[in-house]
This record gives sequence, structure tokens and C-alpha cells, in this order.
Amino acid sequence: MSASTAPGRLVTPAPPPPPTPARRARRRRERGLAYLLLLPALVVFVTFVFWPLVHNVYLGFFRNPPFPGLPSKYVGLDQYKSVLTSQDFFDSVKTTFLFAILTVPIGIVLGLGLAVLAHQQLRGIGVYRTIFSSTVATSVAVAAVIFGTLMSPAVGLLPWLGLDTNPPILQNPDWALIAVALVTVWQTLGLTFILMASGLQSVPDELFEAAEVDGAGAWSRFWHVTLPMMSPTIFFTVVVGTIFAFQSFGQIDILTQGGPLKKTNVLTYYIYDTLQRQSDPGKAAVLAVALFLITLILALAQLRFLERRVSYER
Amino acid sequence: MSVDASPAPALDHARLQRTPEQEVRRQHRRRVLGKVARYALLTFLAIVILFPIYITIVNSLLLPSDITHRPPKLFPTDPQWSSYADAWNQGHMSTYMVNSAIVTVIITLGQVLTAILAGYAFAFLEFPFKRTLFVVFLATLMVPFEVTIVTNVATISNLGLYNSYAGLAVPFLATGFGAFLMRQTFMTLPHDLRDAAALDGYGHWRFLWRVAVPLARPAVAALSVFAFLAAWNQYLWPLLITKDDQYRTVQIGLKQLQQTSIDQVNITFAGAIIAVIPLVILLLFFQRHLVRGLTAGAVKG
Amino acid sequence: MGRVVLDHVSKTFDDVAAVDDLSIEVADEEFLVLLGPSGCGKSTALRMIAGLEDPTAGTIVIGDRVVTDVEAKDRDVAMVFQSYALYPHMTVRKNIEFPLRSRKVPAAERDQLVTDAAESLDLGALLERKPAQLSGGQRQRVALARAIVRRPQVFLMDEPLSNLDAKLRVQTRAELVELQRRLKATIVYVTHDQVEAMTMGHRIAVMSNGVLQQVGRPQDVYAKPANLFVARFIGSPPMNTVAGRVVASGNEMFAQLPGGQVPLAPEVSAAVREAGLDEVVIGVRPEDLTFAAPGDGRGVDANVTVVESLGHERHVICRLTDQQIVIVRQDAHDAAPREESATRLVADPAAVHLFDPESGRRLGTDDA
Repeated sequence: MSASTAPGRLVTPAPPPPPTPARRARRRRERGLAYLLLLPALVVFVTFVFWPLVHNVYLGFFRNPPFPGLPSKYVGLDQYKSVLTSQDFFDSVKTTFLFAILTVPIGIVLGLGLAVLAHQQLRGIGVYRTIFSSTVATSVAVAAVIFGTLMSPAVGLLPWLGLDTNPPILQNPDWALIAVALVTVWQTLGLTFILMASGLQSVPDELFEAAEVDGAGAWSRFWHVTLPMMSPTIFFTVVVGTIFAFQSFGQIDILTQGGPLKKTNVLTYYIYDTLQRQSDPGKAAVLAVALFLITLILALAQLRFLERRVSYER
Repeated sequence: MSVDASPAPALDHARLQRTPEQEVRRQHRRRVLGKVARYALLTFLAIVILFPIYITIVNSLLLPSDITHRPPKLFPTDPQWSSYADAWNQGHMSTYMVNSAIVTVIITLGQVLTAILAGYAFAFLEFPFKRTLFVVFLATLMVPFEVTIVTNVATISNLGLYNSYAGLAVPFLATGFGAFLMRQTFMTLPHDLRDAAALDGYGHWRFLWRVAVPLARPAVAALSVFAFLAAWNQYLWPLLITKDDQYRTVQIGLKQLQQTSIDQVNITFAGAIIAVIPLVILLLFFQRHLVRGLTAGAVKG
Repeated sequence: MGRVVLDHVSKTFDDVAAVDDLSIEVADEEFLVLLGPSGCGKSTALRMIAGLEDPTAGTIVIGDRVVTDVEAKDRDVAMVFQSYALYPHMTVRKNIEFPLRSRKVPAAERDQLVTDAAESLDLGALLERKPAQLSGGQRQRVALARAIVRRPQVFLMDEPLSNLDAKLRVQTRAELVELQRRLKATIVYVTHDQVEAMTMGHRIAVMSNGVLQQVGRPQDVYAKPANLFVARFIGSPPMNTVAGRVVASGNEMFAQLPGGQVPLAPEVSAAVREAGLDEVVIGVRPEDLTFAAPGDGRGVDANVTVVESLGHERHVICRLTDQQIVIVRQDAHDAAPREESATRLVADPAAVHLFDPESGRRLGTDDA
């Protein structure tokens, strides 16, 4: 607290006085108010997030009968074992990873590229920035309906463009996932662009100017200034983008329903299908737990590996 | 040590020997071409990105027979606005839009309100387990929605809220992201403000609504826009929890429309455009707030 | 050859002329200071030389090349930014060698050049650190090292000392002057600090609202300011400027102020007669004013209001009979007048400047 005038001797502060009843009451009121303010959110979280999570694990312990109406049987971890070692599960996980690999890197490269292009000091650049961010207004359903219709054999736009496949692309086991990935990349491009453009804005202009005066061409500036300075933003987008990719559902439901031949049966759709079509909540619960764990591990792994390569300043 | 001793790196002497006039003209030409090339690239990319929406609008104004016409018509010479009317009425888009509007507004209000309350508690109040509770709030972001659907469907049904506005909105009345955003924002307000208000006789409640929230308006706006966007675009939950047109939201309704208008794709396209318009309007007016909401997490790292 | 020529260069932003028809030539090995208040266009002019802004009109020449349309990276200039603009993710070494990498200088030569530059700025021990670990002064030297490492034709500096604390600034000022002499470099230096301008430049170019006011050696700009703006901007405390008239008394002319008269030098008298002006602005620097001895009838009536003692000198603030303020600078050894006392101010005619109240132009011979 305060030093006396004599050098080398500090006055030790007196211990705080014991709380008076009034002060204690005030603190109690503040505590009560705090919990009261947190209560609405907590009620929602406990009821619709945490309890379902726990209950979901529990549901996985019950195997459902093939015929509805009969009681389900407690089987402990057997259902977990059988579902998580099934070929269908492996395929689904593989498909989900494949989907993420198809959408996240391409999305980031495109978003970053567009952001760099739209960062130039040209007249009317604002119009281009609005256009590049426009797909943020589209939802997964809107994008899927638009592309689904355009790619359908009835409208026949693709054959006219020369991109004919046999069978048509959304029913084609080799191309269906790619098509869905393409739709997803387009739909998320607006959001990715906005994130990248904001990150780019936060890089001080003077760094680019200094590099320019120092003789660095466009590519050199990108590699030595843009990328390193944007690494935190890119990192964030990769982590969030992966989480989104793993939770993609709407476009699958509208475009391919998990087919053809289960080639687009990502984990989220597998869960939905198991729950709604096959009325097997026990199995669906197991799959959901798997999804949760995979997402968690992936996010933590990314945080661990990638954060090292991120260069934060200051 | 003298710096002049080592020779300077070589310059392009060939270039220096050219007569100034020629050089000047060459430079000028190169610069203009460079600008043209850049605009060309930007325009090309803009066209590619807008093309799906453009084609959708065009096709929504054509007759079904014209849509399959080869080569495809890129401009509606005789726009058939009837497809929009059809989508709206027979296609039930009007119902879907109203449902979405109601549910989205409820969810947005709920999320913003709970975020403000929780954010204030975390920013201004002292209480035991504060840090733990904050981690709990953030942990909700880590739980994928699919893990909760089985139980949530059961819970909602047991509450008798299946196929209702309440059922659609209730699970989403709070988000960890919102609380996080509001806490961060409130924490940037100067501490002195709270002290001054306390001396002026303002209790927490009045301070929150009279001082803190007005000062945090940009963040509240950003959160609102973000919540609106997310709620409007929800797909899985409305799919699970609604069973007929009465409560169907616009995303599911659009899927429905696509299936019922399979031979009249112009109506499907019209429906897609109708579904997008509210968000386009939202974006036009609130682009800045949206960007702020979306980047709230990113720039902080 | 490191000369720079700006030929009728203008830069307009949305109807506002940041730089208005600027023509100036910087000779090889010259240290030219662009001086002016914020917003006067000096930074814009510098950025146009660098190639970071395109002129709306005019031509820019560096050396013997017209560079108006040449990209910044091909102009062979180096720039030191106000904020230093060091690459935060690179070490000091990598920062300094960056310009050489862009020009594809071979590794061995590169290392030698970097070491030389670092040594000459006393950075040898800091080469492996990152900018975040350096002090402000050290960062500034890294920025300088990065600039000198490739021996450009011209060095451009944008207020490089403004982020340093006062003591470091004085020290670095001298070091920069010495560096320029050693490298025989052509430097274009932008600042709003007239002390920097006076002490560092071979010539000073004063700008205001995008227009060049005057170019000349420091002592010339100080002693013979071209107009009121320059007169008031250079010098601390600034030149006293007082509204008054001119009266003729026989063949001589006098500047008439409220409370007295001051004789004028012959060239000034001639100029004012030629211009046919009646009302003028009279300018005298604080150090050129003295207090009349009691009994001396010359000078102008004034009342001493505040005496500020700065230790080595004294600023005496006086009011004329019409309340206009005049500051007198005295050496500390001189006798101090009493506050709230009446006195008379005297000035040598050679030190009295007259300005046209409409155009601000100084009346008299201009040789700058």
C-alpha cells in the first residue's frame, strides 16, 4: 500500500475489517442476483444440452427391438461395442472425414483468395466485397434446393454444360459426395470470405507498404506478410469450419439422403436416419456419442497442432 | 565499420539506357493493363459466385417448358411472375414465412436477453464458482446438436410442445456464444462508470438497462443479427419437431415445396428466392453488424 | 545519382487537393526536410515519391528515370515509416535482409550486407530477437538498417523520430545527420517538428494545405520567411506578428504600432512603397526585441504582464496598448523587468519584417 518516508521500511497494510452484517447482506444479495441472472440460460442449458448429453450416453445402453411397441432391453456396453465396430459406422466416419477434407481446405483457400483480391484499393471494390459475401444470406436448405434442382436430370443444366455423368451426378456413387461438397463450399463461401476479409483488415497497411517499397512482388508479399499475419484468423476458421463440416446435415437430407449406396452417409445423417426411419433411438444415441467424441478430439488435436504454427504478435 | 565499402546490388542497367519517352509510355501502358486485368479477374469471380442465384431468379420467371429449353435462356423476355404467387399460395410459402418469422423472433429475443443477463453477471458481479460457471457456458459450444436430439425430441413431446412454436424455440433460448460476447463487451466498459452510477443511487438492475446495455448497443445489434441468421436458417430441429404445414418453417417448407412442385421447377425456384429475400434485406441494412458478430470470436483469436 | 524531382505534382482526394502543384528538386546527397503541420500534404508527397500513391497530375523523377508510373518495388527507394513497420513475425536479421531477398541477392553477399548494416547501427547483438522484444529506439534502428542495407538511390523518412521519447530523439537526430554524411545519401525527410527541420536539413521545404510555401536553407528560411505562415511556423517562441500601419516621415518610412513607431530598413521601405500598402502586419522575432533603457524615447509602449523564467533564458510576455500580445526573449543574465510594469520595446530595423495582410507575403527582397 504506502511506503513511509524512511527508505526501506514499508508500512504493512492493516488486514481488512471483518465484514459487517450489512456488508455480508449486500454480498449475499449480489450473489443471489448473479445466480438469478444466470438462471434462465442455465435452465436452458441443463435441460437441452447437458441433461440430453448424459441421457444420451445412457440411452445407448438400451437395444431397441426391430418392432416398435416392444420394450427395449438393457445391454450395457454391448450396443456400443457392436455399433462402433460395424462396417456401416466405419464407412460413415470415413465419409464424414472425406466430406470435411473436401470442404474445409478448399473453402479457406477460396475465401482467403477472394479476401486478398478484394483488399485492393480499386474504385468500386465495395461492390465486389458485397457480392463475395452474398452467399451468407443463403441457408443450407436454399443452396441445396437451388443446386439440387439445377443438377437434376429434369432441368438438365449440367449435360448442357458438358458435365454429363451417367448416372446423373446426385445419383452417382462416385460423384455425389463431391457434388454435395461443392454446394457446401459455395454456401459457406460468403461466411469464409467475411472472416478472412476481417482478418486481413486487422493487418496494418504499413506492413504491406513496407514490403512493397522493399521490393516484394505480389506473391512475395502474400507469402511473407499476409499469411503469417493472418495465421490466427486462418486457424480459427479451420477449427470452426471443421466443426461445421462435421455437423452438416441439411444439404445431405435434401440432395442425396445419404445415398447413393450410402456414399454420402455422413455421421449426422446416419444418426437422423437411424432415429427417424429405423426408429432405433438406442443405436442413434451411440452414434451421437461417437460424433461428440470425434468432434471433441478433432478440435483439441487442431488446437494442439496448429496453434504452434500460429504467429501471434506482442 | 564503413558501410560504403561493399558494392550495392546491381540495378537493371538495360532498363536505364532506354530513352525516357519510350520508357514512360511503356510504364503507363503496363499500369493501365494491370488495372484492367485486376477488374477482369474480380468481375469473373463475381459472376461465378452470383451465377447460381442469377439462374434461379431467371428460371423462376420462366415457364417450365422454357427451363428445359436448349440453349438455356439467360434472360426472361416474358417474365412469369405467377410462379411467385403460386409458391406463396399453393406452395404455402406464406405460412412457412410467418412461422419462421415468429420462431426466429422468439429465439432472437430469448438469446439476446439471456446473453445480456448472463454477460452482466459475469462482468460486474462477484460470486462463487464464477469461473466454473463461465466454463460451463462455453462448454455448451462444444456439444454438437445431434447428441441432444434424441432426448430433446422426447422432452419436448413430453411437455406437449411437439409441433408448436414453443417447441421450435425453447431449446434455443440461450447460447454460450451470446453470453461470451456480452461479457467481453461489458468488460470493456470503464469501471468508473459502475462506481459513478452506484454513487448516484443506481442499483444493478437499473444500471444494466439504463447504462450498460445502451453503451453495448453495437454488440447487442451484432448478436441480434447473428442470432436471427442462425435461427432463420435452422434445419434439423424444425425437421424433427414439426409434422405438418401449420408449423413448418421456411427451410423445411422449401424442401416440401421442391418435392410437391417437381414438374414445375419455376415454382421451386421462386420459393427459394422468397426464402432468401428476408436475409438479403437484413444483410443490406445490417451488414456491418453481421460482420462484427461473425468476427467477434475470430479476431480475438 | 540520387536526385529526386517533382514536377507540378498534384494529388486530389475527392475534390480535396492534398498536394497542389508541387514542384521541387532534391539534389544528389542532399538532406531535404518537408516541414509542415498535420494535413499539409508532406506525407502524401513522400508517399508519391515512394510510389505508394499515384499522383493525379505531374511527373516524378528519381535519378535519371521517370518513375511516375513505376511500381514502388521497382523504384529503388527505401522508406522508414513512422511506426517502423517491422515484420513482427521475423527476427531482426530477417527483417533487415528482407529487401535483399526480394532482389534475389545471393546468400553470401546478403549475409555480409546485413552484418554491415547491423554493425553500423549497433544492432549486432540483437539480430536474433523479434521486434516485440526490442525497445522503441532499437526498433527504429532496425527500420533504418532495413533501409540502408540495399543502398537505395533515395531514403524516404516519415516522421521517424516522433515515437521516441525526448532524450532519445535528440540523440538520434545527431546520429541521423552523421549517417547521412557517411552514406552520402539523398534523404527526403518529413516532419512537423521545426527543430528537427532546422537542425537536420540542408534545405527545408515548408508546406501548408498542399501548397509549397518556401524552400531554402534553414538559416534563410528563418531569417527571410517568404510569408506569414512560414514566419509563424518556424521559430520557438514564434515570431511576434502585430497588425499596424506604415507611415512616411520625409524620406524614411516607419511601422506604426499602437503605442509607438519602429524605423524600417531601406529595402523594406522600398518594397512597401512599391506595393502601395497602408495597413501591414509587422513581424519581429522575440530575440530581436529589447527593452528600452529609461529615458530612451524610442520604441513602442507596452505593459509587462508575465515573466516566464526557463533557467537559461526568459520569456517576457507583454501587451501593447491595444492588448495585442508580444513576447520578448531575454538571456537569463539580462535584467528582468517587473511584472505589471510599463516599458518600451525596441527593435533593430534590420530585424523588422513587414507582411501584406491580404496575401501574407513578406515585403522585401527575397533570396532563398
